[in-house]
Amino acid sequence: MTDAKNEILRVEGLKKYFGSSGAVLHAVDDVNFSINEGATLGVVGESGCGKSTMGRTILRLHEPTEGKVFFKGENIVDYDKKQMKALRKEMQIIFQDPFASLNPRMSISETIIEPLIIQGVYDKKDKAGLQKRVRELMDLVGLAERLINTYPHELDGGRRQRIGIARALALNPKFIVCDEPVSALDVSIQAQILNLMQDLQDELGLTYMFITHDLSVVKHFANDIAVMYLGQLVEKAPAELLFKNPLHPYTKALLSAIPVPDPDYKMERILLQGEITSPINPEPGCRFAKRCPLATAECSGQDLVLREVEPEHFVTCRLVQ
Amino acid sequence: MANLEKTASEQNSNISTKKQRSLWQEAWRRFKKNKLAMAGMGFIMFLIVIAIGTIIVDLVTNKSFYDAYVIKLDLRNRLEPPSSAHIFGLDEFGRDMFLRMIWAIRYSLFMGTIAIVISTIVGGVLGAVAGFYGKLTDNVIMRFMDILLAIPSMLLAIAIVAAMGTSITNVLIAIAISYVPTFARTVRASVLTIKDQEFIEAARAVGASDTRIIFKYIIPNSLAPIIVQATLGVAGAILSIAGLSFLGLGIQPPTPEWGAMLSNARTYIRDAWHITVIPGMGIMLTILAINVVGDGLRDALDPRLKS
Ligand SMILES: Nc1ncnc2c1ncn2[C@@H]1O[C@H](COP(=O)(O)OP(=O)(O)O)[C@@H](O)[C@H]1O
Ligand SMILES: [Mg+2]
Repeated sequence: MTDAKNEILRVEGLKKYFGSSGAVLHAVDDVNFSINEGATLGVVGESGCGKSTMGRTILRLHEPTEGKVFFKGENIVDYDKKQMKALRKEMQIIFQDPFASLNPRMSISETIIEPLIIQGVYDKKDKAGLQKRVRELMDLVGLAERLINTYPHELDGGRRQRIGIARALALNPKFIVCDEPVSALDVSIQAQILNLMQDLQDELGLTYMFITHDLSVVKHFANDIAVMYLGQLVEKAPAELLFKNPLHPYTKALLSAIPVPDPDYKMERILLQGEITSPINPEPGCRFAKRCPLATAECSGQDLVLREVEPEHFVTCRLVQ
Repeated sequence: MANLEKTASEQNSNISTKKQRSLWQEAWRRFKKNKLAMAGMGFIMFLIVIAIGTIIVDLVTNKSFYDAYVIKLDLRNRLEPPSSAHIFGLDEFGRDMFLRMIWAIRYSLFMGTIAIVISTIVGGVLGAVAGFYGKLTDNVIMRFMDILLAIPSMLLAIAIVAAMGTSITNVLIAIAISYVPTFARTVRASVLTIKDQEFIEAARAVGASDTRIIFKYIIPNSLAPIIVQATLGVAGAILSIAGLSFLGLGIQPPTPEWGAMLSNARTYIRDAWHITVIPGMGIMLTILAINVVGDGLRDALDPRLKS
């Protein structure tokens, strides 16, 4: 298992349910994992499987229904308002939609200054200090200094996302949840932003939880990859191992959907059929069973947990030996 | 490929930094380009200047000018058509129509504005609280607003004035109350759309308090629709004041008020066109001007519209 000394984040039995009485939506349902300092955990799964909810619950932007989140060894679910505010300096988030995540009425400098003032890192009147820090951060994320007084609507998606990154970095956080930070961008800009994020990680020693619905985005980026399906992790392994030896039928289907740039490669695309299990009051058992080509009657009835089937390779599927 | 981002990063030198210009300044720049809206604004400014002038005259002459010329009866010359001595003619009691028209501006324009300012503040706060806190708070406030909204605003105003008596203050209160639900709804709707946006979550993620989120994120972003709504509301309030006065429930004679003038003049419409047409035109042009300004503001205040 992971080296406990290096571990920066550990999540135990995390649940987030929406709604009450009658229809309860199990957005995140009993998730367990940990991330080492300076590493990247890729979280992959189709749209609506609960990735964003998980990221926000870990940061307590949503209150967890159940479970523990240990950050640097302390369970932050017990933190009060004041402790949480202080902790926000250490954990940050980068959003998917770089337009919706920026206040349209704030210029770049105002946006980046916000966290510094809220957390009292600089005094509001210390204009020189704030300006210096803003320029520093803009330079760090590759934004030209002349853009300092522009507004989000004047910039393209890539630059807007750079502002979002600068805002997240303003407080020198250790851990960042990246919620599909490139999904809304043009393909040509995706690579630039991914490279920027990788450089920043090396330079600042950041730890990432990198959420995406596209496995190829995290292939070369993540140390570990966790595959999520309807609120649960179904497989987790070091990135290379997962690509070489996917075990869960859902992971196999995801991998088969990635195009391979080799004309001789005979792609066998696994097309999933069958209805998607509803996340509202789900029955116990494997949630993928209804779409799984290998499923048997025994797959239902009993909830599954991640098992280590080879070193560092965890999977829930009971058909894997 | 590691420094792809470096090559894409922009050159900092030799391109001048954009001047620090607030979004309000940008909006004003866009508004100025709209000729119709500027004309409407010019007309309203013109009315305001004249109205202030008449108030100053009243103060300086201690109302003696008002008594001697504005409400002075001259029954021998009643209904005299416009002439060089009286450019708008004389009314059914022989009073100078031009003086009455300009003395009446204050009631329409200023009372309309004050009524809308009151209902914007009251409705805005109620709507913001309902939208931000949701659940029971939202239900209690909005159901009460629905009850108010179910009664036509003119009818509500009539009922309030009939119950409390006809005074300028009561007319003001009646009109302010009848516009509260509209503003509560507008503000609640914009708060609801804004509070679920990711930039609010981003602010929470850096530790912003509720108060900061309301004042720095929600209010600035919902201000534009409120300003537009309030501007258009002033036009509606002016009509309501004129309507109440027309029915005899608003400003009482002999005080000049456009709606009341119109009401009193209508008996003479066959003999003297000018005493109905002139106050009618006054109401129409003012409302047209305000609506044109409101439309111009709507276009100018949207930061996503570039020009
Ligand atoms: N605030 C909320 N209230 C109710 N349901 C929600 C809320 N946020 C998300 N959900 C539901 O939770 C599920 C997971 O959503 P989300 O975490 O956004 O998925 P993903 O990010 O993987 O696309 C979805 O079914 C979504 O409808
Ligand atoms: Mg999402």
